[in-house]
Amino acid sequence: MDLSAIIMMIIAIVLVWGGLVAALIHLRRNPDPEDPDEPAGTAQPGPGYQ
Amino acid sequence: MSERQQFKGRSAFIFAAMGSAIGLGNIWRFPYVAYEGGGGAFIVPYLVALLTAGIPLLFMYYAIGHKYRGSAPLSFRRLSRGTEAIGWWQVGISFVIAVYYAVVIAWAVRYIGFSISQDWGEDPEGFFGGEFLQQSGDFSIGGGFVAGVFVPLLLIWLFTLIVLRMGIQSGIARLAQVFIPVLIVIFVIFVIQALRQPGALDGLNALFTPDWGALASSDVWVSAYGQIFFSLSIAFGIMITYAAHVKRRTNLTGSGLVVAFSNSGFEILAGIGVFAALGFMAHASGVPVGEVVESGIGLAFIAFPAIISTMPGGALLGVLFFASLVLAGITSLVSIVEVVIDAFEDKFNLGRTASVAVVGGLMAVVSLVLFPTTTGLNLLDIVDNFANNFGIVGAGLVSVITLGWGLRRLRDLSGHLNAISSFKLNWGWLVMLTVVTPIVLGFMFISEVVDRIQEGYGGMPSSYVGIFGWGVAIGLIVIAIILSFVPWPKGVVERERELLTTGGER
Repeated sequence: MDLSAIIMMIIAIVLVWGGLVAALIHLRRNPDPEDPDEPAGTAQPGPGYQ
Repeated sequence: MSERQQFKGRSAFIFAAMGSAIGLGNIWRFPYVAYEGGGGAFIVPYLVALLTAGIPLLFMYYAIGHKYRGSAPLSFRRLSRGTEAIGWWQVGISFVIAVYYAVVIAWAVRYIGFSISQDWGEDPEGFFGGEFLQQSGDFSIGGGFVAGVFVPLLLIWLFTLIVLRMGIQSGIARLAQVFIPVLIVIFVIFVIQALRQPGALDGLNALFTPDWGALASSDVWVSAYGQIFFSLSIAFGIMITYAAHVKRRTNLTGSGLVVAFSNSGFEILAGIGVFAALGFMAHASGVPVGEVVESGIGLAFIAFPAIISTMPGGALLGVLFFASLVLAGITSLVSIVEVVIDAFEDKFNLGRTASVAVVGGLMAVVSLVLFPTTTGLNLLDIVDNFANNFGIVGAGLVSVITLGWGLRRLRDLSGHLNAISSFKLNWGWLVMLTVVTPIVLGFMFISEVVDRIQEGYGGMPSSYVGIFGWGVAIGLIVIAIILSFVPWPKGVVERERELLTTGGER
């Protein structure tokens, strides 16, 4: 393989698979709230709700 | 929506959404699009498209489904009375795509077996259209049935409808939780097997050598947006439907990022595997890689059989490849059919069994009558083109313009997601959806309309293109508008308003 191809392959892998790893880490650090009660504030109708 | 009809947790939702996003297009379309679009340089427009259109649109549809808790038409109806037809348009697109998408999976099922027996001999192309599909080449519908496609197609539909009858969690989510890990394992073995062949690195060289000049071409940018758009399954109504079945307090944007990057991660893996195999083929035939590059049906059912016959131990590679297509295809098919079933369930107050039997059954019948026939291939080709380029792109365009410019509801939707989700949406998200995506989708839509009017499609007779191309594309819009005038069962639309104001759990 040419050097430019190797470099671009590594960049593509690092960006996309790195993005996936970062997204997974981000998700693990932000677990969903445990509380089963629905807070009223999460789903307020917006302006113009019909 | 009963309890049975909810995803148990966010990982179930993520798997189901990954199953939907990772489909045939990841395996057979991305490698070719990347190669044609500047090779290694394609990563630039590809990531730009992902970040400026793919992920923003994904979040928008999640927000619609999650906030309004309904199928695509019901969610749009609750959002605003006049937008219900957009939801039905998406349902129609999903109906049309599902009936032919299932057919390709049926072919792939047969090719798992053919990989071992190598029935195509020296002529994979002649075998595919001739002995296997028995195509007459006529531009019509009907003709004789082809048993070799009909039987696996029937089995695919039975399997799909059984999964859907089992519901969102026990059917769709559990299927994806099994199939997606198996797919990844099988596909990784396929990639390793392909990389071990002589010439594999030549293939990777062809795929990743950057052609920076390509980035000056608007076509390359449009194809990057197109790839992201089709591959993430964004405007089919799937993401609205799935998000409606996710618990209220779910981190949707954080989950969406995982789905989007895993979809792209799989595409990169597919690019490596497919081009390693193509590199081997070029090496064995003594030609440059560019001469063996193919996409779509030509790649899977003509180029790959040739590779399988040429490669020592090719049967294993073939089984892995076609099994991957089947697994990736079925998890996507299930999601597409769910859009339609869910919509009719809501609108006509049907139970799950009734909707799966009647609506899903109708889709299966349409699919089985039209496609496993001696004229099925041409029909599949034209319907695929029009459903994607007019249906998906058109419905995506109309939704962003309606929400961003007409009703100005995007800020409201971002507020909904931000209340729980960890990845916060800000003004950047609004700019992407009000400026970038309408421009890109508008350009794609208009240039496709102009091309099709000027050039027709694929050298097909204009009457055929008129009926099965334009007719289907325009018919879907007309049917969508008609369905949006059918009254809802009493209380269905209002039920959500009550929930929103009382904050009740469902």
